[in-house]
This record gives sequence, structure tokens and C-alpha cells, in this order.
Amino acid sequence: MWKRDEAVKPTGAAAPSAAPAPAAVTPPAAAAPAARPDDHRTPGARDVVNIGKSVVIKGELNGSEDLTIEGHVEGKIELRDHVLTIGPNGRIRAEVFAKAVIVLGEVAGNVTASEKVDIRDNGSVDGDIVSPRVAIAEGAHFRGSVDMQHGNVRKDGAAKAPAPAPAQQKVGV
Amino acid sequence: MSDESGRGLTGLWSRLGPRRPSDDTPAPADPSRGVIREAPSYPTKALKKFLATLAAKESPVLLDLGPVIGVNLNFFGETLGCKVFIEDLYTDVERHTRADSFAEFPAFLKRRFTQPANSVDGILAWDLFDYLDAPSAQALAGELVRMMRVDAALLGFFSTAQPKTVPQYTKFVVVDEHTLRHREYPGSRARQRVLQNRDIIKLFENLRVSDSFLLQTNLRELLFRKPAYLSGGSGG
Repeated sequence: MWKRDEAVKPTGAAAPSAAPAPAAVTPPAAAAPAARPDDHRTPGARDVVNIGKSVVIKGELNGSEDLTIEGHVEGKIELRDHVLTIGPNGRIRAEVFAKAVIVLGEVAGNVTASEKVDIRDNGSVDGDIVSPRVAIAEGAHFRGSVDMQHGNVRKDGAAKAPAPAPAQQKVGV
Repeated sequence: MSDESGRGLTGLWSRLGPRRPSDDTPAPADPSRGVIREAPSYPTKALKKFLATLAAKESPVLLDLGPVIGVNLNFFGETLGCKVFIEDLYTDVERHTRADSFAEFPAFLKRRFTQPANSVDGILAWDLFDYLDAPSAQALAGELVRMMRVDAALLGFFSTAQPKTVPQYTKFVVVDEHTLRHREYPGSRARQRVLQNRDIIKLFENLRVSDSFLLQTNLRELLFRKPAYLSGGSGG
């Protein structure tokens, strides 16, 4: 039953080809530029709405634009076809549904994303994540479960064709 | 003369004064963030067998008792199709050590997990048991056995070297099924003791030792399986 493995030796710090790739981290500014007053809507430009850090929202938040939250939200957030960014000051106690979720602040609640969840350095999530792709930076906090196979990913890891998007929410945020 | 004294003073300041990295010297990484240096990688024998037990199951549920590591999440979640629960007990060990409340740790462990009995297909315990005292280890083992499904696997690492006094933990980063990167990071608790084979087997007396490997890194890798007669979920 007990096997002594004599052949095993440390491989050392060499073998850079075997080094795991660090969690992909892109600058938050590049991922979710904040909306500016002079940000006129030009054809092809992405709409981004910013909820400031003094704003507190309790209830259900639906939208059809990318959204950056720096304030507090309690309840439910649905941006089925858009990117939700929880800024460094953002505090969320809600169920979150979005195309992609980028967390730099704190989230307490389950997060479901049809494309990707990205918890950046100092970001915090307490809840269950369902998403085909999940990136968690070294300094991030996470407690909960991660399900990357729910619908979008095959057993061999290859992504299936994305499911047809649900009807777009037209309620502005 | 003045040049000489100036050089002397400069030399003195450079020896006594605070050291500041020059602009072209990379600043040392914050070790608390885990980005310490390129961590050494070591072979593992038991991981492959652990993965084989998971691969045989449809949508296996994995419980990881270590800190969250993005690379591992992708490996287990994306490649193997596991649903991964992250329950970082090293953080709990650290918190109780700092608060000098380790006597309460066994009771804490008994209410720590929310997973129901017979719900987990695999557990990555890493080297956590090396940091626990006997009551805590017994309490944790009981909880882990309770959560394991029949034929579920538990992978544990046990150091066979005398514990260092250096308080630090290790993140085990999966490179591939044969290799783990050991990334050390500072903490407040050192390894407590060397668990002998009989201690480990007694700790998990309700589990069956499936495989055991003693590596030249002074690490004993043990793979346990839960036998069918324990489907009632009794403790370890």
C-alpha cells in the first residue's frame, strides 16, 4: 500500500514553459471606461452608465447598456447582454445576471454571466458563480462555488456556440 | 579629503539608512498578495489518480480547502468540468491564530461547512492537516468524511520533515497532472507536527487509503476513498 517513490526529485524553478499563465488582468479603465458628460452617442460607440459612489439602490436593476457601479445596490441586477463592472467603491448585495461581470469592489450574492466573470485584485465575491469563463486575480477574495459547465461549455473545455440572447431589457438604468 | 569624507558618509548612509529601490530596480512584490517570486515546481504522483476519480464522474463536485487560485479554477472547472467549492480554511487558521482562539477551532469547523452530507466527489485538503492540532484535525476529518459521497476521493499532503518554525503556508498551483508549483506565502502559524502513518490512518479511519506516495520532497501524498458502507455519512 505504501509506495516509496525514489525517482521523484524537485524540478526546481526552471522550466518556464511549464509556468502557469497568471490570471488575465486587464486595466479596469480599458475594460469599462466610465461615461463622461461629453461622451456623445456616436454610431458604434458603447453606452456605459456609471452609478456614483453616493448612490444607494434597493430593488431590481435592469438595463440594456454596460453599467459601472461605484455605489451600493441591494436586490437584483440584470444586464443580460451587457457588461457589469463593480468599481472599487461598489458594494453589491444582489443576485447578478450579466453577459460579463468585472469585480473590483465587493459582491455578496450569486453571479451568473453568459460569457465571463473577472474578479480583479482586491475584488471580493461571496456567492456562487456560474459562467463559462472565470478569472480570479491573486489578491482577490472569493468564497463560494464556481460552475463553468452550466450550459455553455462542453466536457472537453471547448465552448459551445452561445445560446441565443434573451429578449433585451429596454428599461433604462 | 572632503570627497573622501563625503564618500565615507554616503557609504555610511547606504549601510545605515533606509534602503530605497532605485528606479530601475523592480520593487519587491508584496508577499501577502502571493506574488512572491517564481515558485518552484515539484512532481506529484497522487494528483493524477485524484483526477482520474473525478473524470469518472459526471459533473463532479470538488471542494478546495485552499485559497482561491485562478489557474486551479480553470484547470478543475474548465478542463475537468467540476463544480468547484472554494472554502479557504488556511484563512480561518490564520484568523484564529492571530486572535489566539485556536482552542475554539474544532467547534468552528463543525459549523463551518454548509455542504450537505454525501454531496462532494473530491476534496483537495492540500497540507492543511499539518497546521492543525489534534482536536481540530479530528473535527475537520469528521466533517470532510460526512460531506463525501460514496467512492469520493480526498487528496492530502503530509510533511515528513520536522516542522520549521517559519510561519508560512503554501499555495499549490496545478501546472499539469504531474506537476504542482509550490508558492509559499507568509502567515502566523507554522506546521505543527509530523503526522505518522498511523496517526493519519486513525484520523481517517472510516476512509480507505487508495494510494500513498512518499516523495523525495519530504511530502507524503495520500489519496483516500470513501467506501460504500459509509453512505450514511458518519464522521471520521
